[in-house]
Amino acid sequence: MLTAFFGVIRRDLLLAMRNRADVLSSVFFFVIVGALAPLGLGPEPAMLRTIGPGMLWIAALLSSMLALNRLFAQDHADGTLEQLMLSPEPTTLLVAGKILAHWLTTGIPLIILSPLLALQFGLPAEQTSTLMASLALGTPILSLIGAIGAALTLGVRGGGILIALLVLPLYVPVLIFGAGAAVAPDPQAHLFLLGGLLAAAVALAPWATAAALRIALE
Amino acid sequence: MFKNVSLSLAAGQALRVRGANGSGKTTLLRTLAGLAQPESGEVRWQGRALAACRDVYHSQMIYLGHAAAVKDELLAWENLVYSARLNGRVLERRAAEQSLAALGLGRAAQLPARSLSQGQRKRLALARLHGAEGEAAPLWILDEPSNALDQDAAAALCTALDRHFARGGMLVYTTHTDLPLHPAQALELNLDRPAPTSAAPSGASPC
Repeated sequence: MLTAFFGVIRRDLLLAMRNRADVLSSVFFFVIVGALAPLGLGPEPAMLRTIGPGMLWIAALLSSMLALNRLFAQDHADGTLEQLMLSPEPTTLLVAGKILAHWLTTGIPLIILSPLLALQFGLPAEQTSTLMASLALGTPILSLIGAIGAALTLGVRGGGILIALLVLPLYVPVLIFGAGAAVAPDPQAHLFLLGGLLAAAVALAPWATAAALRIALE
Repeated sequence: MFKNVSLSLAAGQALRVRGANGSGKTTLLRTLAGLAQPESGEVRWQGRALAACRDVYHSQMIYLGHAAAVKDELLAWENLVYSARLNGRVLERRAAEQSLAALGLGRAAQLPARSLSQGQRKRLALARLHGAEGEAAPLWILDEPSNALDQDAAAALCTALDRHFARGGMLVYTTHTDLPLHPAQALELNLDRPAPTSAAPSGASPC
């Protein structure tokens, strides 16, 4: 069982390594938005400090959504997805592996880069570490919820817009608590709520995604 | 698409699904594989409905459809290794390379699948069958397995299929060119003809 789970993760990471441009494009988007926003907003430190976390969270959210299209589309086109559904291993587990690999290639780089961009907004160290914590808890939720949207819109023309419509409302709580954590004087409550959301998403999203894939392939 | 189709398959038998383009051959094969649900009726494996024995069924069945399920970015041998892992089996690099060499892809094993020809990709897809004859995976469902293959490769495929039959394997397939196969019993299902004549090639059996 774990052979299949880690097999899927390793394969997807290998594919990401060979298609570096795809992975870099969403990370690049995050960096550009984070770097340009302070230039456009003017140099007032107090204002930058208040809106910085929110801006970075919006950038992270959009860049994670940019990468969603890729999650299943290629596997669908080349027939690998059929073989995945026909595996004797539980589909939910394999789907969870794919989502984890997706987060490792789209979420982790954002968390690592966020302190650099936080400098652009002049965030103090304490706030930066809270921001990183909230991103670490929040970006996996984005990948998990996004996977449901990606599976539901698989093979649909104009799927990109449809994913956004389906997924954005579900992203809103993550955005509120994630950005809120870095601004609030006491971030603990926000982080706990994010943790709760993450636990719920881990439990439900792979299962819902597998069901959506089964429908999409019929 | 089609109705009143009833069939059963026993060890060593081969069923060829015939029909014009668009008559539903692929749909039937996908339904048998469990990828699509029939509007009415059911598919059974060893007397149990598919939904009840999905894991067992999928570990004993190999389905190769139109799409080769080959990743362009991976090397040929990596494709084999990762598709085995997807099914929960660990395949060593050397074993994968041997399977490929047996199918005439010895030198192509180190190439990315992107640079393979259409026929080589098909061979790579068929390499999944290597070593799965008979007991390992008793049921093979192949959608046009000889498409894009040259004569040698098609002959090698037939040998592999005959070995599969000899070990008690079953095959459901579609093809546009006749394959010289020697199953214990060769059955045919024609989706074009009216239902009663095409139905029920054989009686009750393990499948």
